Amino acid sequence: MRTGVRQSMAWLHGWSGLVVGWVFFCVFVTGTASYYRADISHWMRPEQRERVVATTPEALGQAAEVAVAHLKAAAPTAIGWYITLPRPGQPMLDLAWMTSLDAPFGHATLDPATGTEPATRATRGGDFLYAFHFELGLPPLIGRWIVGACAMIVLVAMLSGIVTHRRIVSDFFTFRRDRSAQRGWLDAHNMTGVLALPFHLMIVYTGVVTMALMYMPWGVSSAYRGDELRLYAEARQMPAYRMPVGRPGTLAPVAPMVEKAAGLSPEALEMLIVNNPGDAAATVSAVFEEPHGLSHVHPQVGFDGATGAVTDTLLDSPKPATLTHAAMMGLHMAHFAGPALRVLFFLCGVLGSATVATGLVLWSVARLPRTGEARPFGLRLVQTLNVGTVAGLPAAIAAYFLANRLLPVDLAARAEWEVGAFFAVWLMAALVPLALSHRQAWQAVLGVAAALFLAVPMANALTTGRHGLGGDPLFFWFDAAMLALAALLGLGAAKAGRAVAARERRAHRPARGTPALNRA
Amino acid sequence: MAEGSMARNRDIGWGYRGMVAGRVLLAAFGGYALAALSTALFSLILPLERSEAVAAATLASFAIMAFAVMAVFAARSLPVALLWLGLPIAALGGGLWLALAVFGMGQPA
Repeated sequence: MRTGVRQSMAWLHGWSGLVVGWVFFCVFVTGTASYYRADISHWMRPEQRERVVATTPEALGQAAEVAVAHLKAAAPTAIGWYITLPRPGQPMLDLAWMTSLDAPFGHATLDPATGTEPATRATRGGDFLYAFHFELGLPPLIGRWIVGACAMIVLVAMLSGIVTHRRIVSDFFTFRRDRSAQRGWLDAHNMTGVLALPFHLMIVYTGVVTMALMYMPWGVSSAYRGDELRLYAEARQMPAYRMPVGRPGTLAPVAPMVEKAAGLSPEALEMLIVNNPGDAAATVSAVFEEPHGLSHVHPQVGFDGATGAVTDTLLDSPKPATLTHAAMMGLHMAHFAGPALRVLFFLCGVLGSATVATGLVLWSVARLPRTGEARPFGLRLVQTLNVGTVAGLPAAIAAYFLANRLLPVDLAARAEWEVGAFFAVWLMAALVPLALSHRQAWQAVLGVAAALFLAVPMANALTTGRHGLGGDPLFFWFDAAMLALAALLGLGAAKAGRAVAARERRAHRPARGTPALNRA
Repeated sequence: MAEGSMARNRDIGWGYRGMVAGRVLLAAFGGYALAALSTALFSLILPLERSEAVAAATLASFAIMAFAVMAVFAARSLPVALLWLGLPIAALGGGLWLALAVFGMGQPA
C-alpha cells in the first residue's frame, strides 16, 4: 500500500531528526549560551573590574600602536594581523595573526595601558562556547562542515515536521500528560517546536547562510573563476585585496590612520586589519561596528600601508542581494538586540534546545519494547546517547564554569585545563548510562548537572568575593541563571525517578514507531 | 496509517534497506548537486551585477537543496525519485554548459 506524502515526511522527520539530534542539541545549547558570550567572558574574568574605556580617536590610535608594536615582535612575517580595539565593556586589545593559510591563528590579549598581558586569569571565556557552537571543538574546517551538514539535515527535519503536522494550530493547545508517556513527549515536542517555529526556521537557515560560501562556493567558481576576494571587493564588503610584491616594506604609523578613519564614520571603530604587514604592498583596513540595525555590514576604510593614505572608503549600504545576506547573518548573531530582545532570543533558543531534546526522548519512548522483551541494540544506543548528550552537556558547561573559579589563577595553561574539565565531565557523564539502568542514568546525570550548577554560585562567592548580591548586576543575573538551571535539572532528575514506568506499562500500546517508506 | 505496528527488524528485507539507502544517497548527493548546479548557473545568468548574482544564487541554493531532499523521500518509489532529481539536474547541467560556452567563466579582471 502506498504511503502518502504526510507519512513519508513523518518517516523523514523522525530519522533525520534522530541522526543529527545529538550534534544539534549541542549546537543549539552552545548557540543559546552565545547570546551572552561577552557577559560569560566577563564573568569568567572577575578581576577585570569595569573601567572607563577611552574610545576617543587618540586613545584608539595609541592602543593600535601598542598592538602593532607587539605584533611586529611576535609575528613580523604574518600574512595578516587582526587587531580588535578596546570597546566599552571590553577594555583589552585582542590580537590575532595568520602565519599561513593552514596553520591555526596566533592569539594574544594585551592591556593597552601597559602593552603586556592583562592581570586577569587566563581563560577562553564565552569564546569557547561560541566556537564550540559552530566547530564542536574540532579543527575548524572539519567542525564547520559537520555542523553545516547537520544544519541542512535539521532544516529538512523542520520542513518535513511542518508538512506532517496536520493539526498544527489545534495541537498547539494540546498537552496530554495523563495519557501515555509517548503522547506527553509528543505534545511537549510539538509545543516547543511550534511555539518558536519562526525562530527555529530563521536561526537554522541563517546559520547555514552565515557560512554560505564555504558550503556552496560554486557561484564563485563559475562567475569569478574562484577568486573569492574579488567577490568581496566587488560586493563592497572589503577593500580590494593587494597581493604582496615580495619586497620588504615598513608600515606607516597606524595612529594617524586610526584617527583619520574615526573621523570618516559615526560608528565605533572596532578592528584594524593589516594585510601582508612586512611587505611593501601592505594595506590596512579600519573596520567599524555595524550601524544600528539588522544587517551585519561593517563600514570600512582602506589605507595604503606604507604611506597611510586612504585608498578606499566603504561606507555605503551594500546592494540588495549582498544586503540580504548580511541581514541574514545579522539576524543569526543578533548583535542588534537590546537587553529585552536578547532575553527573548535566549528563551527561543531554550525552546529550540527543548524541541531537540524532547524529540530525542520521544524517539526512544515510542520504540520501547513490550514489557518483558529485551531492548534492541539500536534503542539502547539511542538511549545511552540521549542521556550523555541531553544531561551530559549541561553538566559539562557547569563544570567549565566551576573550573574557572576553582583552578588556581596562576596555573600554567589554565585555559586549556578549563576546557579539559568541560570534556572530562562530559565523557564521564556519557559513560554513566553504561553502568546504570536507563532510569537511574537519567537521574544520576541530571542530578550531577544540577549539583554542579548549584556549586557555581557557591564557588564564585567563596573564591572571588564578587557574589550575586554584591551590587553588580552581571553577577546577580549569572547566579540567578545558575540557580534556575540547577532547579530545572534537579526537577528533571526527580521526575525521572518517579514510578512513571508503572503508568507506562498500564497505558502502553505496542510501539507504533513511524510508518515505513514506500518500497521501490 | 495503514502500517500500524512497527515491523520487527528481522521482517524488513534487504530490498527495503537498499531502497532507503538509495534514497539517502540520492538525496544527499543529488540534492547537493542540484543546489550546486543552480548556484553556478544562476550566478552566471541572473541579470544582476556579478557579486549580486552570486549572493542571490547562493542564498537560494540551500532552500533548493532542502526541497530536493524532501522530494526524494516523498516520491512514490526510488526510480521516480531519480527522475524527480535527474531531470532538473540534467536541465541545469545543460544550461550551465551552455552558459559557460556563451559567457565563459567570469574574468577576474
